Amino acid sequence: MRITCPHCGERDRREFYYRGAAVDLDRPAPDAGAEAWDNFVYLRENPAGVTRELWYHEGGCGAWIVVTRNTVTHEIQGSQLASEVNA
Amino acid sequence: MRFSGFRVLKEGLTGNKGWTPHWRDPEPKSEYDIVIIGGGGHGLSTAYYLAKEHGLTNIAVLEKGYIGGGNIGRNTTIVRANYFLQGNSEFYSHSLKLWEGLEEDLNYNVMHSQRGIINLFHSDGQRDAAARRGNMMISQGDDAILLGRDELREMLPYLNYDDLRFPLYGGLYHPRGGTARHDAVAWGYARGADQRGVDLIQNCEVTGIDIENGVVRGVQTSRGAIRAKKVAMVVAGRSGQVAAMAGMRLPIESHVLQAFVTEGLKPCIDHVVTFGMGHFYISQSDKGGLVFGGDLDFYASYAARGNLPTVESVMEAGMALMPMIGKARVLRSWGGIMDMTPDGSPIIDKTGVEGLYLNCGWNYGGFKAVPGSGNVFAHLIATGRYHENATGLRLDRFRTGRGIIDEEGKGSQHNLH
Repeated sequence: MRITCPHCGERDRREFYYRGAAVDLDRPAPDAGAEAWDNFVYLRENPAGVTRELWYHEGGCGAWIVVTRNTVTHEIQGSQLASEVNA
Repeated sequence: MRFSGFRVLKEGLTGNKGWTPHWRDPEPKSEYDIVIIGGGGHGLSTAYYLAKEHGLTNIAVLEKGYIGGGNIGRNTTIVRANYFLQGNSEFYSHSLKLWEGLEEDLNYNVMHSQRGIINLFHSDGQRDAAARRGNMMISQGDDAILLGRDELREMLPYLNYDDLRFPLYGGLYHPRGGTARHDAVAWGYARGADQRGVDLIQNCEVTGIDIENGVVRGVQTSRGAIRAKKVAMVVAGRSGQVAAMAGMRLPIESHVLQAFVTEGLKPCIDHVVTFGMGHFYISQSDKGGLVFGGDLDFYASYAARGNLPTVESVMEAGMALMPMIGKARVLRSWGGIMDMTPDGSPIIDKTGVEGLYLNCGWNYGGFKAVPGSGNVFAHLIATGRYHENATGLRLDRFRTGRGIIDEEGKGSQHNLH
């Protein structure tokens, strides 16, 4: 599996740390309540198919990247800097 | 049909013409008392214990593929009860006791071999941790022996004792641990459930779960609608998709875990050996193949195959620990779909829907749990109460933060276990 970093181009999977579903970008307010925080921290769509994930280019430029990836085929369909997604 | 030494002899002398299929291939009925989604190890053992211990036999097990075709046929067959924390300890201890009587109970040879498991350690600190774990195992009523370096060398002379990074200080020995023939476990439970009247329905994919006013009414399948008073979801790596049919999201992320087997060799590795620091473990199958694996690939996956970096790291760890295996040729590798929970421990619970039950989150340790899981899940479905050895495996522990079972002390968060 090779992942495309918006800064560095297509790189070996070993350069990246996997964080998990991109739900991490939608952090609830501190007082949003237990249900919102349960959704954020624990509950997952966990789709068999296309999903959006957070990867960190640990062995490269150090950018957090939102990768669109198929969990059944491992095909990488796109990537975007997390800073731009959250801007 | 009962298996016995006499029967094997008789069939052998009469051309093996008397053997019959181990289970029926029934058409699904339109209604059952209990429908179990998933004909893997856990689903089959649940059906078996519902029938055997609770007298409930109007049950269908729905399997989208074939019996034994999922994770029960895609694991490294290790059976053990060496857990540390309450919640896990009593559950796996219960499961190991069921393993020890399983072949008699099922009248089926599952080739359960209590050859012992040895967890290696490499420093004074790790020795202390191993001693502490061993004491917890003993206080649970199971067995543990702390081996020093010389005792270890006597038992496992083939290890590399001079590795500079991970020198061997000893191992925690769990004599009652071992392996079993994974396919036979599925077949034995399937046969036992079928003999008691349970319908095992293969090639039957569940496409919907019918819920009215918060009560489960049945399921939609590729072979028609089936009504049911109770429905149990036991689908391991596919838990997210099946739970979504009931409008639920689970604290589960499905990952790929790879494993490998070599060509058959003469007996050389007599135990299960784990090298935690290298994320490597190995045993030798009765057929002679070295069966080994490592850690997750660490990304969500349903591909049932992994990537080469993990293969490389597993092979490197194996070579660092036991250079003698370097000449063995790897026959094949495979990947299983692991239903990973945030704390690394399983879930056996009711759901917010009346009559709908959930059994999932086996992470990379579901095989050894097959008897215990089915046994306590059957108890929950039949009586509505948690089994005394499975009160801690609750779904709501994540939302409430109470009763997290973080065996590895890594934290309760996805992607840490």
